[in-house]
Amino acid sequence: MSDMNSMAGGSLRITGGTLFDGQIERDNPGLLIADGRVAILGASALEASADRTLDASGCVITPGFVDLCCNLREPGNGQKGNIASETLAAAHGGFTTVCASPETSPVNDSGAVTHLIREAAASRGVVRVLPVGAVTRGLKGELLSDMAGLQKAGCKLLGNGSHTVGNARILRRCMAYAETFGLTVMFSPENQALAADGYAHDGQVTTRLGLLGIPEVAETAAVAEMLLLAEETGVKLHLSQLSCARSVEMLERARKQGVPVTADVAMHQLVFTEEALAGFDSRFHVQPPLRSEADRQALLAGVEQGLIEAIVSQHQPHDSAAKQAPLPATEPGLSSIESVLSLGLELVARGELSRVRLLQALTTGPSAILQESGALVEGAVADLCVFDPEQTWQPSAKALMSVGKHAPVLDRPLRGRVERTLVQGQEVWPASSAPSL
Amino acid sequence: MTANDHSPNHLQLTRGGQLRHFLTLDGLSRELLTDILDTADSFIEVGTRSIKKVPLLRGRTVVNLFFEPSTRTRSTFELAAKRLSADVLNLDISTSATSKGESLSDTLLNLEAMASDMFVVRHSQSGAPHFIAESVTPGVAIINAGDGRHSHPTQAMLDMLTIRQNKGGFEGLKVAIVGDVLHSRVARSQIRALNELGVEEVRVIAPGTLLPRDVESLGCTVEYDMERGMKDLDVVIMLRLQNERMEGALLPSEREFFRLYGLTEDKLALAKPDCIVMHPGPINRGVEIESSVADGPQSVILSQVTNGIAIRMAVMSMAMGGQMSERQQAQTENEGSRA
Repeated sequence: MSDMNSMAGGSLRITGGTLFDGQIERDNPGLLIADGRVAILGASALEASADRTLDASGCVITPGFVDLCCNLREPGNGQKGNIASETLAAAHGGFTTVCASPETSPVNDSGAVTHLIREAAASRGVVRVLPVGAVTRGLKGELLSDMAGLQKAGCKLLGNGSHTVGNARILRRCMAYAETFGLTVMFSPENQALAADGYAHDGQVTTRLGLLGIPEVAETAAVAEMLLLAEETGVKLHLSQLSCARSVEMLERARKQGVPVTADVAMHQLVFTEEALAGFDSRFHVQPPLRSEADRQALLAGVEQGLIEAIVSQHQPHDSAAKQAPLPATEPGLSSIESVLSLGLELVARGELSRVRLLQALTTGPSAILQESGALVEGAVADLCVFDPEQTWQPSAKALMSVGKHAPVLDRPLRGRVERTLVQGQEVWPASSAPSL
Repeated sequence: MTANDHSPNHLQLTRGGQLRHFLTLDGLSRELLTDILDTADSFIEVGTRSIKKVPLLRGRTVVNLFFEPSTRTRSTFELAAKRLSADVLNLDISTSATSKGESLSDTLLNLEAMASDMFVVRHSQSGAPHFIAESVTPGVAIINAGDGRHSHPTQAMLDMLTIRQNKGGFEGLKVAIVGDVLHSRVARSQIRALNELGVEEVRVIAPGTLLPRDVESLGCTVEYDMERGMKDLDVVIMLRLQNERMEGALLPSEREFFRLYGLTEDKLALAKPDCIVMHPGPINRGVEIESSVADGPQSVILSQVTNGIAIRMAVMSMAMGGQMSERQQAQTENEGSRA
């Protein structure tokens, strides 16, 4: 983003609206952004001279959202997405930092690939891209990756994408080696032998429709194993994309016992259940699968109570062919990053989640896992998002910036429109600088 | 948040409630199921004539699109279509060549170019006929001839016809389905049909490894012990056991399965004396059923096959009728909007 730095000269004053600083909401006292940073947060911002002023009345000003789990598809999967398209989609969704999954081709399992991704992101990306390194070589779950090299190249998190490390001995060594360098390891817990060929929650809908189920125990058995290994190795463990009520219970217990574990959940897990597959709708073929209403409620409670620190997009853009087939033959994943905020605000409107917790889980929650502050305070990098919670937008193919057009909601308008996304003080959404609100 | 209409009916029924596809029994009313049975009854007579044809589908092209091998189902669909005077094209497409979804879409595009009126689809993947019904040009009827573990609605309806012929109706009946329910599309459709038609009890009898999770939610009771489960039965339906079930550690051996869940004369004697024995075929003698029972006086297995032709004639003609009335309505609306 070096070119952005060079453009970061002009100052911007934001007046009016509600300000969420990462912890609480209050009336915006006045915000001045200069040289890519928050120069003044307070009434004196209203007096200071500024090149431009943005009236944010009716809007919420928040730190830019941080996504711990996002697929940019570059390098190697250009038909599904690329750094330019998917970071623009992120900006449209209010995200200013995305952690890019190592599941690319080549896999991000060495410092060289990390450099490649960071260079591509610097020249073509519009938001900050943090590559997640692979914890095993080629994500195969067999050999350790060059973890120290990945860390040196800039990886803050290591994970294994949607692949499992099936062998507990190797998983234990991954953790112990990562702990050597103080790295955080993130895993989407799944016991592959129990998940087998399944692609949907093993429950009433799979039973009715004759779909192959992934039982809850495929996740909980893996969570149990990982928690025990994290306790033993002392590694900072991040459990990503939880889907089961039981996993939240186990997380709570481990946390009480002092195991260094954090967790996230994908927004679609908080909104939809197994019933979304009832019409064989292949969009909702996601992994881990959408589970029962009881699971959804427990995940929501986990976010509300702060047990689950972060909400992720688990953005997985696809070309249309990947989803145009009978459900079992389709590829998993939603094109979700542009809808995360709107879906979250629907949960808020229904009284299922407080807005403060929603915003924390999209900002300071994930930032803490990256060992950053993420708060909107004086001196902070001016990565922020201004959204209008009442404005609607229709997630049509044209409105979606992602190459993937399989968004979770397509057929109706969504409330909560991102009006501005700023990265280092520069407007990256709307894409071409538009007139004021 | 489930905004979409998950009921399959928006896909398979016309606005007037007529069939236009036949994908699943989910959501179909007792009236419509009874209508299918009554229509099939009227076609049974056709099969006894010397010239076994009616002109309902004359000039129509029916494509039998079988992505999974089948002999009986495909030939009864073919016979049914021919008795309705349709032109029939049989396509056996090896699953391996079309395991990718793209190829299925491409196959459909090619077939549509042949101006077919109806696809009879069998596919190894659950939901494939739904996908095809959503993808094809309006006006082409899709008949599900069995998809994955999901649904086999014509098989279930021919079973219902067989039960009605033998029992006079459904009220008060106790019906058991025995064996590999987990992998069975037939069982899922039968349980749905039996519940909608108002039997007293549907019982599934199987070991835990051959039952799907929350199977009771389909509308049945569960019995592990076959001898207890045979009590008071009016109908016992045996399911076929695939040989490969031993490999996935679902069962120890065929011998143990037959000892516990095979239908023998001794076990049949525990049911009501007039209990009928059914099997969707092809039967594995000595694995799920004893030969003397399969060929015995209580077995109605062969009349199931005969009824299969009548049921398939019924749903094919009804779905084509639904498509025609929809086309006419669209035409009328078109003219109306132009006027």
